[in-house]
Amino acid sequence: MKIVVCMKQVPATSKVDIDPETGAMKRMSGETRTNPYDLFALETALSIREKTGGTVTVLTMGPPQAEEMIRDAYTMGADEGVILSDRKFAGADVLATSYALAQGIQVIGGADLIICGRQTTDGDTAQVGPAIAEHLTIPHAAWVAEIMDVNEKNIQVRQDLVSVSQVSEIPYPCLLTIDKDTCVPRLPSYLLKKATSDRPVRILSFEDMPDQDLSRYGLIGSPTSVEKMFAPEESEKQVYLEGTAKEKADRLVALLTGKKII
Amino acid sequence: AIRFEQKAKSFDKDKWKNFLIYVEQERGEIHPVTFELIGEARKMAVKVGYQVNCVIVGGKGTKENAEKLLPYGVDNVYVYEHEGFEGFRADCYTDAVADCIAANKPSSVLIGATALGRSLAPRLSTRFHTGLTADCTTLDIRSNTDMIQIRPAFGGNIMAQIGITKSRPQFATVRYKVMDKAEKVKNPHGQVVVCPVNEKMADSRIKILSSRVIDKVKSLEEEDVLVVAGRGVRNEKDVEMCRELADALGGQLAFTRPMVENGFGDVAHQIGLSGRTVRPKLVITCGVSGAIQFTSCMTGSDCIVAINNDPEAQIFNVADYCIVDDLYQVVPELTELIKNRKED
Ligand SMILES: Cc1cc2nc3c(=O)[nH]c(=O)nc-3n(C[C@H](O)[C@H](O)[C@@H](O)COP(=O)(O)OP(=O)(O)OC[C@H]3O[C@@H](n4cnc5c(N)ncnc54)[C@H](O)[C@@H]3O)c2cc1C
Ligand SMILES: Cc1cc2nc3c(=O)[nH]c(=O)nc-3n(C[C@H](O)[C@H](O)[C@H](O)COP(=O)(O)OP(=O)(O)OC[C@H]3O[C@@H](n4cnc5c(N)ncnc54)[C@H](O)[C@@H]3O)c2cc1C
Repeated sequence: MKIVVCMKQVPATSKVDIDPETGAMKRMSGETRTNPYDLFALETALSIREKTGGTVTVLTMGPPQAEEMIRDAYTMGADEGVILSDRKFAGADVLATSYALAQGIQVIGGADLIICGRQTTDGDTAQVGPAIAEHLTIPHAAWVAEIMDVNEKNIQVRQDLVSVSQVSEIPYPCLLTIDKDTCVPRLPSYLLKKATSDRPVRILSFEDMPDQDLSRYGLIGSPTSVEKMFAPEESEKQVYLEGTAKEKADRLVALLTGKKII
Repeated sequence: AIRFEQKAKSFDKDKWKNFLIYVEQERGEIHPVTFELIGEARKMAVKVGYQVNCVIVGGKGTKENAEKLLPYGVDNVYVYEHEGFEGFRADCYTDAVADCIAANKPSSVLIGATALGRSLAPRLSTRFHTGLTADCTTLDIRSNTDMIQIRPAFGGNIMAQIGITKSRPQFATVRYKVMDKAEKVKNPHGQVVVCPVNEKMADSRIKILSSRVIDKVKSLEEEDVLVVAGRGVRNEKDVEMCRELADALGGQLAFTRPMVENGFGDVAHQIGLSGRTVRPKLVITCGVSGAIQFTSCMTGSDCIVAINNDPEAQIFNVADYCIVDDLYQVVPELTELIKNRKED
């Protein structure tokens, strides 16, 4: 069983300031962390491996500093780490990101099971997982809440889709996106840290990709563009409602309805 | 699966026209976000002279649901009904909607940003090698048919305006409960178009083993609407009066600590330092003074309404909407208004 977990390094805080004059994002401190949602994906992969045997490979697209995240994943028990890193990949939206990741998965010999987090804390689209599955023409299940059973041929998962809870069986190869708080990610192990300190991290660049069509990657391969960014509207100041009790109630219901709060 | 190769940036914008809305069905019912998408699409459609079309995929009863969309002023509703579409599976639903897109070439495709929609939309946009804007809260359209799409990112800390100007269709998922619902029209002119479905299209590699309705009791933290009874609410009967308001709003009743100590509720329903921390969309406090041990655990709420007859009460320091009045007058009035509102 070969499991690939897609993980992304994100800014350490999602508090961002926008320069009110230029509309530009003020430089955030360079500090990064592993996308917290991806830890549930990694934990799910590691516990599946405990049942089925096999390997867990962590795959990321990002700058070379992502090695830090891969090393952390090694201390939790991941077997291999691969970084897709090239200036040609920079500025990618979901389409170009998922395409590069799908290509990377082919370079490392494919996967039986691919696991993604539910979303990131920066771009926050929750789209990369299903898009990878589409590039690879494999089935996927999103927002998985629980792995019910797993064997050599297929995996059974539970998804909670608002009002229904659905259990499905999916044959490999397939992709899952794991919901948050579905498991408790294990702590890094000191022994593993020592044991993996000289384990290599594989770097792949554009030259390694099977598809050498540059227009599928990075900024030029991205159909969406961020035209501008701005701070969300501040909620307005306090309102004191006036009149009789009935008038106040009327006014409140109108205000809450108008703001679609009720 | 149908493969449709369309390179980004090598397309003719004029060949792609009209809006297409994906109609989600949830347990045999049309998901309410659909009517919001229709309302928004109709507003944009008049600016560029487009039609508003819908596509609906599902098992038995799908065609009947399609008919229910016509009064809202849509043009064509494309129906893909087949027993193989019983229960959502991303792969075969993508095949059906992709078939509709390939045949009708819409300029924009709108999908509800629900769990289901956000699983389906990225597969579709990827299949057509085009862009998808996630979880939009505002939409508009330029005269050149490019949509202006605004969405929150970084956990809502910033808003981003996203454009898909060089490829078609433009896909967007749209958040539920932010757009206005479509009004019914006087003379509906649209039609239902039943589309052929072959076994291959309806075939999925995913097998649904079981599916059940979730009716779990929500914990206080998960609730969207909370009504809080404080010591201004004097006895059991009056607590019930507050509970009625919570029920009318589809939320839960919570308490301050003295109320729990007096046996009106349990600790699982207490807000505050020695209880729960909550951040619902709406919280209405009734007869709560607003001690720091209470307020510190609820100020993350999106909207706070305070009802208290003491204008000096501290709760008014944290409230968005302040009602200085007798809760015994205001609460029953509110319950009535909300119940009547639900009925029309
Ligand atoms: C403000 C803002 C708004 C944006 N809006 C859009 C938009 O509407 N549409 C659009 O197409 N793009 C958008 N982008 C670009 C997009 O967010 C990222 O550039 C894209 O690379 C990844 O998408 P995501 O972060 O949303 O990941 P998500 O789709 O939220 O991530 C889901 C999962 O996919 C995996 N994953 C994601 N990225 C990587 C990676 N680099 N390496 C390995 N695994 C990964 C992880 O398992 C993750 O948990 C936006 C960017 C910004 C800054
Ligand atoms: C360590 C510690 C931990 C604590 N933890 C918690 C906690 O977890 N949760 C918590 O709630 N408290 C907690 N407290 C207690 C807290 O300090 C307050 O005592 C408590 O929140 C007050 O509850 P109350 O607002 O219901 O009652 P009161 O303070 O008595 O307020 C009642 C309010 O009702 C108004 N009122 C009366 N009649 C009417 C009417 N007819 N119409 C409208 N308004 C009316 C009054 O003007 C008054 O403002 C804690 C205290 C300590 C020291």
